[in-house]
Amino acid sequence: MSSSAWINELVDIVGQDHVLTAKIDILPYSFDGTATLKQSPLAVVFPANTAEVAACVRLAMQHEIAVVTRGSGTGLSGGSVPTPNSLVICLVRMDAVLTVDPENLTVRAQAGAITQKIDDAAGEHGLFYPPDPGSIKISTIGGNVAENSGGLRGLKYGVTRDYVMELEVVLPDASIVRLGNSCVKDVAGYSLKDLFIGSEGTLGIVTEVLLKLLPKPEARRTMLATYARMEDAAETVSAIIAARIIPCTLEFLDQTTIRCVEDFCRIGLPTDAAALLLMETDGHPAAVADEAERMEAIARKMGASSIRVAKDANEAAVLATARRSAFSALARLRPTTILEDVTVPRNQLATMVSFINEVAARYGLMVGTFGHMGDGNLHPTFLADEKDADEMKRVHLALNEIVTRTIELGGTITGEHGVGLAKREWLAQQVGDASLSLMKLVKHSLDPCNLLNPGKIFH
Amino acid sequence: MPEKLTTIDYSFLQQCMHCGMCLPTCPTYDLTKRERHGPRGRIALMRAVVDGELTVDEEFSKEMSYCLGCLACQTACPAGVDYAQLFEAARAEVAVQQGQNNTASRFWRWLTLEVLFMNPRLLRGVARMLRIYQKSGIENIVRKMRLTKLLPASLRNVEPLAPRIGEYFSNEIIEAHEKPLGKTSFRVAVLTGCVQDLVFANINRDTVDVLLANGCAVDTPPLQGCCGSLHGHNGEPTLAAELARAMIDQFPPKKYDAIISNAGGCGSHLRHYSRLLADDPQYAEVSKIWDSKLRDIHEWLAEIGCRAPLPSNESSMVVTYHESCHLAHGQKIRLAPVSLLRLIPCVSLVELNESAWCCGSAGVYSITQPETSDVLLDRKVRHILATGASILATSNPGCHLQIERGLRAAGSEIEILQPVTLLARAYRREQTSSQTL
Repeated sequence: MSSSAWINELVDIVGQDHVLTAKIDILPYSFDGTATLKQSPLAVVFPANTAEVAACVRLAMQHEIAVVTRGSGTGLSGGSVPTPNSLVICLVRMDAVLTVDPENLTVRAQAGAITQKIDDAAGEHGLFYPPDPGSIKISTIGGNVAENSGGLRGLKYGVTRDYVMELEVVLPDASIVRLGNSCVKDVAGYSLKDLFIGSEGTLGIVTEVLLKLLPKPEARRTMLATYARMEDAAETVSAIIAARIIPCTLEFLDQTTIRCVEDFCRIGLPTDAAALLLMETDGHPAAVADEAERMEAIARKMGASSIRVAKDANEAAVLATARRSAFSALARLRPTTILEDVTVPRNQLATMVSFINEVAARYGLMVGTFGHMGDGNLHPTFLADEKDADEMKRVHLALNEIVTRTIELGGTITGEHGVGLAKREWLAQQVGDASLSLMKLVKHSLDPCNLLNPGKIFH
Repeated sequence: MPEKLTTIDYSFLQQCMHCGMCLPTCPTYDLTKRERHGPRGRIALMRAVVDGELTVDEEFSKEMSYCLGCLACQTACPAGVDYAQLFEAARAEVAVQQGQNNTASRFWRWLTLEVLFMNPRLLRGVARMLRIYQKSGIENIVRKMRLTKLLPASLRNVEPLAPRIGEYFSNEIIEAHEKPLGKTSFRVAVLTGCVQDLVFANINRDTVDVLLANGCAVDTPPLQGCCGSLHGHNGEPTLAAELARAMIDQFPPKKYDAIISNAGGCGSHLRHYSRLLADDPQYAEVSKIWDSKLRDIHEWLAEIGCRAPLPSNESSMVVTYHESCHLAHGQKIRLAPVSLLRLIPCVSLVELNESAWCCGSAGVYSITQPETSDVLLDRKVRHILATGASILATSNPGCHLQIERGLRAAGSEIEILQPVTLLARAYRREQTSSQTL
């Protein structure tokens, strides 16, 4: 059969050791970090460099095999879940942090480099890479670019897009392009790099990135405010923003999430609180002191029952790590963890948080909500059992209502996880038919054979 | 009944929501960057077996023996996956469905798990012969004449790994009942272990001494069985349950304030007897009491407020600490050993990079997977040498033997001691200095 013929050609490109086809080898590539999605690929290939990536794409094109790009497989919308009869190109071998340039404040890395390692390398020069998604310890920078990942510091520092200066991309026709530039200012032609950031592997395969770095802030202060009412926490966030304060972090956890996180971390979180806010300000010491004082005053005014200030950098790091574990920690309660990513304008947070709870109660569902409240990005997480068809149907109905309400409030169906497979059905509702047609036109122009990650974002 | 993969509660498998937080902590994923060799991949394979999508074939069996069982993933997992249970169940499934194929490995399994470690007298007898072989010079002659060539390959590879049998076994240096000089505040039992007893009986002596110095009356029966940890970790839950019952019979838990284990790997298994015996009407209740009384030595000393040894004129020593996987990840005991070391006046503690990363010993892993084991050992040795310490403290006989082999091969003289040994020596110095006063 011809299937073995193309596998042999694949082996010729990367070598026998870097092609997987046996069931036991490829089965663990049939999912990413998204609940309930599962599909085995035909094969998984591990190229060593950009030329090999291009050769794999050319081969796939010749044999009309769909290509799904994968890094560490921690995505949360099914972006790297294989499509049927696809070839997975996994970039984990291309994991070098190539050069930190302390004079120009940049770092160059291969797409498979782990985000944390990029930040560590920057740290050796007193610099840092601000976007810090929850999975920073294992996510790859290529995946971050493909999903335009956010993180805990998005409020002040923005998201992955704000740090990408230049990309090397393999296009669906196997050609290799460099987009962007190493200059701070660059308006030469269309900003095509921006087209590829957040394109979820549907337009090209990012193989190398040049990222902007920032000097590490001199000071930071981290506080934990506790609330007896969830809405008060949401009001605190709206009030802080309205007071023209831009802290680097304003993270929200509801009671269900607090209890799960405490169960994992054992760091003395207040498990009887209805909600808590993790607030952090960084920058010049004087500004930090001033902002921290004003934030504390606002939190008290809005009804915070207690405020704990982290005594040192270590305690601050422990709190941030605890927050990062929230999503996975919620999985302690039920077998299936369905994570949402709706984002609303920040003056609508209290409305949205109440609505989520009301919907969950109405459908008899367990929900834990946490999120980056400072940028309006909520992660309502339904805790269910995929083997209970009725419950899964109710989850879907609840999601439908939450999405509809989000759009009514001027929000977005996804703040940082991407559309992938998980949110595909709601994209048209948000962006409208004309925008969707334009997206499809772009996809068709670059990838006329629908080779790269077909069926993701839209059908 | 103890679980196999096909009988385990399905929710254990569903607990994994494949977020990937475990991946950066898994030594085999780190080496290979292959999902199959990482925790969430292995769990996916286990689930596929239960779902009937995958058969328990040779490849599955290989994967389960490639896993170190270090449980670093369990520490990293926010979702609370009980990987230890899944892993043991998977190995039990392999033992039932697959293990019978390879005659050589079947023989070794039978000899170790079913014969030697089921019978403490026989084990000591074999150890005595090994001691004579090693001490009499026969070993040197055999090696010089390359007579090991005559051995079958499986034995030939293992021969140099055989630990030096100690001068004494525990019962020759520890009385069955010992009392502290001052007031008795607690009554405890000390489990002497198998490898610990044969190779490191002096560590058991040190353990007893430290307990005595902290007001504990200590029972140490001269002949003790294996705790069953080897059996549990290697897919023999029925034998493990048999040994657990024998342990409970020998150490009725109600008699003691604490039952003390001083080997990380054993402790990790010992404190979960109630799981093993949950369906045994005669032992279900008493095994729960057993679990509630079981303490790692460091944990117990920290709990009762270990007394700081008095300062002596001993010159200061730089010590670094390697965490045994089953103490750190299996039992979640991480701060206690460090705080005990800090109590010792002449100890200056330096941090070991990746202190809780597996050294490659992992039970019988250095025998079954020598290549990977050596890679991990090299990594560990590099970090230890970088600390500049003159003493490595660690608390598991497997780690001790493995790291000693690695350090000596690297030409290093760094001494390997257990935290309890350092403590016991500090207490002994108190006595000698008070005598000279």
